[in-house]
Amino acid sequence: MPSQVTVMVNGSPVAVPAGATVAAALGSAGQPSRTSVTGEPRGPLCGMGICFECRVTINGTPHRRACQTFCEAGIDVRTEE
Amino acid sequence: MSKVAYDAVIVGCGIVGAACAMEFARRGMRVAAVDREMVGGGATAAGMGHIVAMDDSDAQFTLTRYSQRLWQQLRPELPDDVEYEQCGTVWVAADEEEMNEVRRKHDYYRSRGVPTEVLESRRLKELEPNLRDGFVGGLLVPEDGVLYPPCAARFLIERAQECGAKIKTGVCVTKIEQGHVRLSDGGEIAGGIMVNAAGITAPELTAGIEVKKRKGHLVITDRYPGFLRHQLVELGYLKSAHSVSSDSVAFNVQPRRTGQILIGSSRQYGAESDAVDNVILTRMLQRAQEYMPAIGALSAIRVWTGFRAATPDKLPLIGPVPGDRTRFLAAGHEGLGITTSLGTARILADHIHGRAPEIPIEPYLPSRAAKEFAHA
Amino acid sequence: MLEQFDVLVIGGGPAGMAAAARAAECGARVGIVDDNPTLGGQIWRGESGEAQEKQEAAVWRKAVLAAGVSTFCGTRVFHQSRPGVLIAEHDDDLHVLGYRTLILATGARERFLPFPGWTLPNVMGAGGLQAMVKSGLPIRGKRVVVAGTGPLLLAVAAYLRQHGAEIPILCEQAPLSSLFRFLVTLLRQPKKVGQALLLKKSVGGVRFATSSWPLTAQGKRMLESVTISRHGKSETIACDYLACGFHLVPNLELPLLLGCQIHGGYVQVDDLQQTTITGIYCAGEPTSIGGVESSLVEGQIAGLAAGGRREEAQKLFPAREKARRFAVTLDRTFRLRHELRNLASPETLVCRCEDVAYARLQKQASWRTAKLQTRCGMGPCQGRICGPVTQFLFKWNPDSVRPPIFPARVVHLAAALAGQSDTQTASTLGGS
Repeated sequence: MPSQVTVMVNGSPVAVPAGATVAAALGSAGQPSRTSVTGEPRGPLCGMGICFECRVTINGTPHRRACQTFCEAGIDVRTEE
Repeated sequence: MSKVAYDAVIVGCGIVGAACAMEFARRGMRVAAVDREMVGGGATAAGMGHIVAMDDSDAQFTLTRYSQRLWQQLRPELPDDVEYEQCGTVWVAADEEEMNEVRRKHDYYRSRGVPTEVLESRRLKELEPNLRDGFVGGLLVPEDGVLYPPCAARFLIERAQECGAKIKTGVCVTKIEQGHVRLSDGGEIAGGIMVNAAGITAPELTAGIEVKKRKGHLVITDRYPGFLRHQLVELGYLKSAHSVSSDSVAFNVQPRRTGQILIGSSRQYGAESDAVDNVILTRMLQRAQEYMPAIGALSAIRVWTGFRAATPDKLPLIGPVPGDRTRFLAAGHEGLGITTSLGTARILADHIHGRAPEIPIEPYLPSRAAKEFAHA
Repeated sequence: MLEQFDVLVIGGGPAGMAAAARAAECGARVGIVDDNPTLGGQIWRGESGEAQEKQEAAVWRKAVLAAGVSTFCGTRVFHQSRPGVLIAEHDDDLHVLGYRTLILATGARERFLPFPGWTLPNVMGAGGLQAMVKSGLPIRGKRVVVAGTGPLLLAVAAYLRQHGAEIPILCEQAPLSSLFRFLVTLLRQPKKVGQALLLKKSVGGVRFATSSWPLTAQGKRMLESVTISRHGKSETIACDYLACGFHLVPNLELPLLLGCQIHGGYVQVDDLQQTTITGIYCAGEPTSIGGVESSLVEGQIAGLAAGGRREEAQKLFPAREKARRFAVTLDRTFRLRHELRNLASPETLVCRCEDVAYARLQKQASWRTAKLQTRCGMGPCQGRICGPVTQFLFKWNPDSVRPPIFPARVVHLAAALAGQSDTQTASTLGGS
């Protein structure tokens, strides 16, 4: 079992420990998860899937909660709207 | 408030009451407007907020088109949170019969100065890629629009207040009598004329009017900018709005400026509870997916219900209570309250001031019902 | 399509696991549903740093497995098809779950309070940051200011420290006098003394400030520093993260949807943890915020009661009494002080989903008018973050809930009739 997993964040590879969430990958890359309706950068707040600040597009599906999604090798994560 | 006599007391601060308050105040009348809950509540808070020219009847077309133009004139003054968007409507034809209806509507609108464009199948799909394949065509009505009703009502009330109108919320009007309205807190507001703009509760305040509750459901999604460009309506919508007795759903979706998609529509008579009805909800969403399969994958964040105020002939009641000089009605707008609010207020104000309204008021007069009873 | 259970448990934290294990041990066919990727809830998420907690979590996980409970992780209940049938979503899949008896163990969430800069990336809840670290966020060598209120702050500080974070300060808004009284009551419970000593070992050396709270957070695109208030003076501390939470609020959405009576902000239950609806039980934080012990006892009582073993359930009443006393102490100690109402400036956002500022909300008369006029609470969090804020700032009471109680795909919402008889569906279709 590999100890690291690499995912693509906005086209760039980010390596995280196996079992990490997409939110952890964003955090370790210093990447905000979304832009708010008035243009503010936002990151995860609650860590438990209820605040929806960590919404990202994963493999083309928008509004996926990054903190509730495990990283899988090669998944494509986008934070732009 | 009870010591002063107003020129006009408006009961109800939904979109119609708010429009009346603004129109009357702007003409120099001293206005008081009352609502049992808030400004922009009731059906105004629950509805889709569309501004459409509708041709179910000549009278309906005349009023909707007149009022739609008033909204267009008002548009530059509307604040941002009213979210007025002239996104246009596309009526979708599923078969040749509906396509014939498209052509009929096209002729009807065009001959009355409403720009429209007949869309054949490929053009329809270009305009709205998320519609399923296989629609015969449609009709684009580019001057139709949408707005956010609670803020629109608030704007109209603020305009009224700028002209000196007084607003009272959180108090119920229990009776509309000659010269005053009685309030649930024991007070009274005296007025020269009284306007019943109380939507579904209008029959409680004016005896003998036929206004029934027609329940609707709506679903709103998360933000998906670009998913939908125009308001879309199935041509079966008219069949649904036509029916006076059965439960029905009709495909009707609307893009909000936020990028959220509003999904409707449903109509039920005789439903008293405001609880979400799973049977209707299911039918409505299945219908939506039939027209736009991709809508199934969207995240729905809220479902709610509301009650439209419906009359038997599908035209609102605008004008004096039969046999009365001081009490008026502005109610029963069904699903066209937002659209026709401004027009309602104008023709009512004209009528009260003895001026010829810009469109005839006769089709909407409450006294027409008496004539209908005579024929029945 | 319909998966039928004797006992269905909603929530896979301590209360839920205890309830599920006990009910299954009574011979019932049991299912347990939780939104998170694995069981454990918030407090037992992934790995825990503290040896004792880890053990307890493992014990209950084993018990749930051994008892043959069907688990539905990553699954959110969003609607009721009809009494006795809940519908839930797991990504692209729909689960239709039937039950004879329901146990609600939906837990709690952190309370957030707004202050200027609270929306900057890397400002998170205290439990929020802990959850993120447990989920793989690197924290070694990072500076973390911990602030807010509640015993969670200490647990979080300890955990973060064990994982190599530097904690310049822990700001607890409660006054020292309240905390001192709290400590004294703790000393009466040997187990808690043990926990406290372990904690002290982990957080010894961390500057601990009472009557202290965050004033502002600063940074360009993410957090760079936090300014805190302490005895009337302010102090700015450079940091990478702010872990800030103001205790917990119960998750009442599902109890409300199902029509359970709420009393004093919590689900009303009888001795056997049954709500005002026969056949629906509730255990853990939704009945009162009491922590792990309380949740475990209540969960067991509910599970045994649902499984038909009332006498065994009754044997646990004294343990519950004890745990409840702790809950009352918790509530009293970590009451929010009035100064926290003045942290937000007019431009500070209160609703983060719709970016609604404090000044706009101050003009509104009620939660309902605020929702309609500003769209506060109408975003995907469905008021879970901003609702408790407005309750604290304006004393507004949120509406009753409507389905879906969690965002769900349109296609799944369209299956709202799932689990009902086909004849009913067929007779109402047709004729538009």
